[in-house]
Amino acid sequence: MNALRTTGHQTTPAVAARYRNDFLKEVEAHVEDGEWVKMCMQCGVCAGSCPLGAHWEHPPQELFMMIRAGKRDAVLSCDAMWMCTSCYNCVVRCPRKLPITQIMHGIASYAQELGLAPKVQPTRDFSIQFWKNCTKTGRVNEIKLTVGLYFKDGLVAGIEQVMNMLPVALGLMKAGRLNPFELLRGHSPKDQKGIAAMLKKARAIAAQRAPATH
Amino acid sequence: MPTKEYAFYPGCSSQSKASAANLQTSITAMCKTLDIKLTNIPDWNCCGASIAYAGGGELERVVMNARNFTLAAKHLPGQDIVATCAACWLNSRESKVKLDGHPQLLAQANEALKEAGLNYQGSAPVRHMVEVLIEDFGYAELKKPVVKSLAGIKFAGYVGCQTNRPFGIAGESFENPMYLDKLVESMGGEALTAYDQKVTCCGGALAFSEPDKSQQHIRDIVEAAYDHGADMLVTPCPLCQANVEVYQSEINRKQGTKFHLPIVYYSQLMAVAYGGSVKAAGLDGHIIAPTKLQEIATKK
Repeated sequence: MNALRTTGHQTTPAVAARYRNDFLKEVEAHVEDGEWVKMCMQCGVCAGSCPLGAHWEHPPQELFMMIRAGKRDAVLSCDAMWMCTSCYNCVVRCPRKLPITQIMHGIASYAQELGLAPKVQPTRDFSIQFWKNCTKTGRVNEIKLTVGLYFKDGLVAGIEQVMNMLPVALGLMKAGRLNPFELLRGHSPKDQKGIAAMLKKARAIAAQRAPATH
Repeated sequence: MPTKEYAFYPGCSSQSKASAANLQTSITAMCKTLDIKLTNIPDWNCCGASIAYAGGGELERVVMNARNFTLAAKHLPGQDIVATCAACWLNSRESKVKLDGHPQLLAQANEALKEAGLNYQGSAPVRHMVEVLIEDFGYAELKKPVVKSLAGIKFAGYVGCQTNRPFGIAGESFENPMYLDKLVESMGGEALTAYDQKVTCCGGALAFSEPDKSQQHIRDIVEAAYDHGADMLVTPCPLCQANVEVYQSEINRKQGTKFHLPIVYYSQLMAVAYGGSVKAAGLDGHIIAPTKLQEIATKK
């Protein structure tokens, strides 16, 4: 008899659920480039290469190990992957060539989709605002994006931000790089209807939850 | 040399009165001298940049780019797609790698594209303007039209992230790419090749959402340039340019520094060296005026 195997005890379903290790499979199926997670060899070069490395609750190699350990809630609800600046330093340095930046975006995106992402997270907010902004017409409206960002914490905080950045804004206007009239009407492609329909369809296809690239 | 033609993907920030409008101005002047004909991809849309992932999923972001490729292939067949913005280039190229390598994703993308009356059947490669300059011209060729040397100006070459990683410029290292220094030298300027922050991240989109964390890096980028004796910083990336120029006053306000370092584009250097005016080189498009470069541009 295997001495390490506990016998005579029935494992309760609750305990089994805690140790269930299908989170890795879930990530492989649903997270962009998730099939790479198991390739991590825990060297930590990604953590040491990240410009915001000091601010990660769990650096990428730790997230990868947590995924393999089945720590679903801890991974999806944490703040860590929202620190990614998309600098791709980890990607080019990873000895196993994991697309770490893409996986971080993928985990963040999946957490958001499931409603598990932290509610107060400035990069999450900006990310959502950016997508809404650039898909509204099909091109970014820079002034609406900036104004939206400054006033996200209310009118008072917004006015303070605007006052701080006013000299810069006036400088940019003078330099021909900021147009207040874009608040009314910005640049846009002609086929906005086609773009909207295309994106609606893409969202519907993705919602069928068929993993796209795997 | 015959006119070289490309399908041009300008990107949102290069539009008129947008944050990189002066990049576009200088690109236009540079291309005129080099006899490069850029034709905008008709009705192009945003690439989704690197920050949209919480709002748009993988397929939505890929489809945005697939629409641009399809329009390019339809209206400008055979012409390489060229971008000047680091994020436009990276996201387009990444989307193309995915589309061309994953039949299932391609089928799904085409199902969505059908709603816009389009079908992606492959496209020409997506290239950065810097690749065009180095690979289709070469430093010696780029040097030929120089009428005003940039001698006397010291440039710290700030390559940043996305023009460098993950794709980068062929033959260059990720840790110490030299092409920007070589471009500076080709225009007669002094390249500070030992500048040690050339591939540091400026924070990218997180300069907006995590300003204090990003400004630490912007401070390093500017400070190191001063340490090396730079007159100005030169970069290929519109977001690097904006972040490093715009936030110097914030860093001064919060940290008591006295930064006032001009941040220019490689294409502005080339436009000036090729005889372009202050206006043609977009040198009137700065908060921190690149006075030494303006002086050369004004000189008869």
